[in-house]
Amino acid sequence: MNTPPATQAAYVRQTPVAQLPPPASQSGIVGWLRANVFSSVLNVVLTLLSLGLIALVVPPLLDFMIIDATWTGNDREACLASAERPVAGACWPFIWERLAYFTYGFYPVAQRWRVDVFFVLLAVGIVWLLAPRAKARLWGALYFFVVMPLLSYILLLGWPRYGLPYVPTTLWGGMLVTVVVSAIGIVFSLPIGVVLALGRRSKMPLVRLFSVIFIEFVRGVPLITVLFMASVMLPLFVPDAWTPDKLLRALIGVALFASAYMAEVVRAGLQAVPRGQYEGAMAIGLSYRQMMALVILPQALRTTIPNIVNSYIALFKDTTLVFIVGIFDFLRTIEAARVDPKWATPVTSTTGYVFAGMVYFFFCYLMSRYAHDMERRLATDHRRRRKRGRR
Amino acid sequence: MRRAEADRKPAISPLHDPRWRSVAYQAVLCVIILALFYGAIDNAAQNLQKARIAYGFDFWNHPAGFEISQTLIDYSTASTYGRAFWVGLLNTLLVASLGIVFATIIGFVVGIARLSRNVLVARLAGSYVEIVRNLPLLLQLLFWYNAVLKALPEVADSLVFPGGTLLNNRGLFLPQPIAGESLSLVPLTFVVGLLGAIAFRHWAKRRQESTGRQAPVASVALVLIVGLPLVVFLLSGMPVDFAYPEMGRFNIRGGIEVLPEFMALLFGLSIYTAAFIAEAVRAGIQAVSHGQTEAAYSLGLRPGQTLRRVVIPQAMRVIVPPLTNQYLNLTKNSSLAVAIGYPDLVQIFAGTVLNQTGQAVEVIAITMAVYLAISLVTSLLMNLYNARITLVER
Repeated sequence: MNTPPATQAAYVRQTPVAQLPPPASQSGIVGWLRANVFSSVLNVVLTLLSLGLIALVVPPLLDFMIIDATWTGNDREACLASAERPVAGACWPFIWERLAYFTYGFYPVAQRWRVDVFFVLLAVGIVWLLAPRAKARLWGALYFFVVMPLLSYILLLGWPRYGLPYVPTTLWGGMLVTVVVSAIGIVFSLPIGVVLALGRRSKMPLVRLFSVIFIEFVRGVPLITVLFMASVMLPLFVPDAWTPDKLLRALIGVALFASAYMAEVVRAGLQAVPRGQYEGAMAIGLSYRQMMALVILPQALRTTIPNIVNSYIALFKDTTLVFIVGIFDFLRTIEAARVDPKWATPVTSTTGYVFAGMVYFFFCYLMSRYAHDMERRLATDHRRRRKRGRR
Repeated sequence: MRRAEADRKPAISPLHDPRWRSVAYQAVLCVIILALFYGAIDNAAQNLQKARIAYGFDFWNHPAGFEISQTLIDYSTASTYGRAFWVGLLNTLLVASLGIVFATIIGFVVGIARLSRNVLVARLAGSYVEIVRNLPLLLQLLFWYNAVLKALPEVADSLVFPGGTLLNNRGLFLPQPIAGESLSLVPLTFVVGLLGAIAFRHWAKRRQESTGRQAPVASVALVLIVGLPLVVFLLSGMPVDFAYPEMGRFNIRGGIEVLPEFMALLFGLSIYTAAFIAEAVRAGIQAVSHGQTEAAYSLGLRPGQTLRRVVIPQAMRVIVPPLTNQYLNLTKNSSLAVAIGYPDLVQIFAGTVLNQTGQAVEVIAITMAVYLAISLVTSLLMNLYNARITLVER
């Protein structure tokens, strides 16, 4: 019975066996493909269909935008198909030449620096308000909602006494108008929207009634009819001397329209603030105004930032509708330029639309990414709670 | 004695009494709003008088005198403005209802595809949603109209599809079915089949409740509703003739003409709204927790049953409200027709009629009232539906 302990027996391994790599069909690219793309007959069919769809869309798009595209030239001749170039792609020189028109419209060339300064002022305001680590955001809000609009008004329209010649809004156009319309929409719709949202949740029946009527009325009709109303009916409702110019009328329409949608976004935020916050604020003796300004709204607005940004994406896209009441926004300048005889070719329209699409996509995608990131940043404690619940 | 003292409210000056304050605020608000309205109406009356524009709704019965390119009801230049209104409204409803059907189909397919375990399919659906949602609808409409449909060949070089359909830059020309004599039998059998299917479902449900035995409701219903009319249609010798569109020298005669404006609007609206519907569908399906599926499996339900009986009913509760919202948005967005010249309500009424009569207040008010009515009726139905499906918790 004097056998050595099992650990010393010759047939017992002293070291663990080195792990084998997983079978080739389960790992690496092949395994990934098998698990994700070819896991069943249906999946194979779907994969092939998708590949077919990609093959149908992507190569022609690349051909049009890059390979067959015209990159230099002075007029339509450059973009026409010819014997040595049977297929003509996008006509980019058309875009280069009209870029200033797409940006400023007919704004006088010597004064265009004012528009650039306006763009910078706006960018500063947006970054100040939305950057996650911005300091002194209250001053940022003051700047964005009061200082910047006043400065921009003087800057863009002019102040002849101080050397800024007057530029009537009929000369404005392109990106400038698109940005002005959406900026006005943002600057006015948030405060009005907050007031309407508070009004809708007010205990005073008449205040509630008026807020509900306004919000539901505006949300129930298309923006075009609101713009028609602003551009056709508004001049009837005010004395002749006050008749606002065309751009201002559209701005009023857009601001009212955006306010109603903003009111609903803010209301959702107000409803998300727990009751205890209201009760706590009342218990320490805050007045309604103090309670709203110091306790409720800061929390409500913070959680609704993603939704606010999302509704600005919608607003930014909707600014294109001012086109229909005859204002030269970015899309309208593209429409006007694409039929210009100097550049009229079979590809000019498509080039213009592709360019406009890229510009709109860039801004909207940027905003939606921001909203998405912000949502995740704000949802941290929510996520923690869910994890705990699962455990 | 003591209690009476405590009950007596301290004397507050009306200036600080919340109730009086609230009354005062509301009174001030009322006065301001009334003053605004009065001022606006007063100014409007003066301005209208100055411009010698008539007011009232008399124009409704005056002859319109303009042509409309697509009319679903009889209309000529001698018809009244009122008739033109109905033409426009019907055109709006036509494009909106077809748009809703297509957007729902594309939206559900894309929304489910986004959740596919097949990365390629999910990414493809994701790119569709991201691209379409981040481009203005107006840009998409102009693209479809000007860059795609207007760039199609001229009439003489029309694209010919199998089945006699022609496509050119004047639109799509479909063969027009002409009903034969005995065709009325087909809808009749359809109704009979439908009633039969309902009766069978009722019977099957009662039998399952009492005995637990299931009946193949779906296949029986399919046979009754689709198969029966089809058999009758074939037996009666296919009593449908087609009037094929014929290429003339400059134009096309016969067939059903679908305007390029209509097609562009339908494409644009369907594709745009489908992206939003896809997001709603995805969110709805993701809202049903995986535990529900696992529980269904552990009860022994098959995957198909799990989907039908457990996942979809719960997902629909989340999907339907945003879906309705998207339907409303699509209907409102159909007013963008004015940009590409499709004769919808806004283009005909708030455009042409307004320009001809100059009666801005009345025309805009009627137009807005129509959209408002559609919105309100839809949200009413929505609320009823919501009340029906809301979970009743303990």
